[in-house]
Amino acid sequence: MAEESVFFVNGNKLPWKEGLVVADALKMMNYTFKMLVIKMNGELIKRENWQTTPIPENADIKVIHLISGG
Amino acid sequence: MISREEYFSKRDPIAFPLWQKATIGIAGAGGLGSNIALSLARAGTGTLIIADYDIVTLENLNRQQYTLAQIGKLKVEALAENIHSFNPFINLVLHPVEITPANFNAIFCTADLLIEALDEAEQKEMLISYWASNFPNKHLIAASGLAGFGKNASIHTEHYGFLHIVGDLKSELKPEISPVATRVAVVANMQANLALELIAKAKGN
Repeated sequence: MAEESVFFVNGNKLPWKEGLVVADALKMMNYTFKMLVIKMNGELIKRENWQTTPIPENADIKVIHLISGG
Repeated sequence: MISREEYFSKRDPIAFPLWQKATIGIAGAGGLGSNIALSLARAGTGTLIIADYDIVTLENLNRQQYTLAQIGKLKVEALAENIHSFNPFINLVLHPVEITPANFNAIFCTADLLIEALDEAEQKEMLISYWASNFPNKHLIAASGLAGFGKNASIHTEHYGFLHIVGDLKSELKPEISPVATRVAVVANMQANLALELIAKAKGN
């Protein structure tokens, strides 16, 4: 039996398919944070590249919520 | 006059010389930044680069390390005054300017490590993004989620390579309610504490 293709967002396993971009990960997780940083496989993905950066199979994505206050 | 040797007595023989050689950047001199700067100065950091364009106001005194007499002063200057009142052996580099993509490199390029101590989430995001693009192999310690009081156990540190986030990562500020002195100071000192640890580790090997 073939293993299902996956990727990870903050430790959650999600189904992977060809053509997914970083912005899709936020939708799939229902994240609505206004300010956040995204790291994929250890590298920071800039906001302007969220719509164009493809998610590779088995990617480890971390979404970090930034909250005002200091 | 107190000598340098007298002042810096009873210090860790391995870590302290590394802190003395270190330059730590602090972006912001509010509730987080003022607490971070005082602790790092007491611990014996060699050089602090502090950037903040703001002046001290009455409403800052609920959590920021300033005095009534300092209202109206530039925060970076008031902070330098407070630090020098207990540590004359520290090098302070003050930037009373707003941090922007245009001046970011010039302000922080000599820092070994940066601590994010800004107020607005938008500013935090900008700072993290610029630091990661310009200095991908230097540590950045940011804060997220410090509103309210209590809930000690919820405050922790998340590590993402060279990016570290301290806070509970969820507490949002309520409109017109400031962060509370105790919880801001906990987060600030966890940021400062991690900075000292990273410097001792990076150069101590």
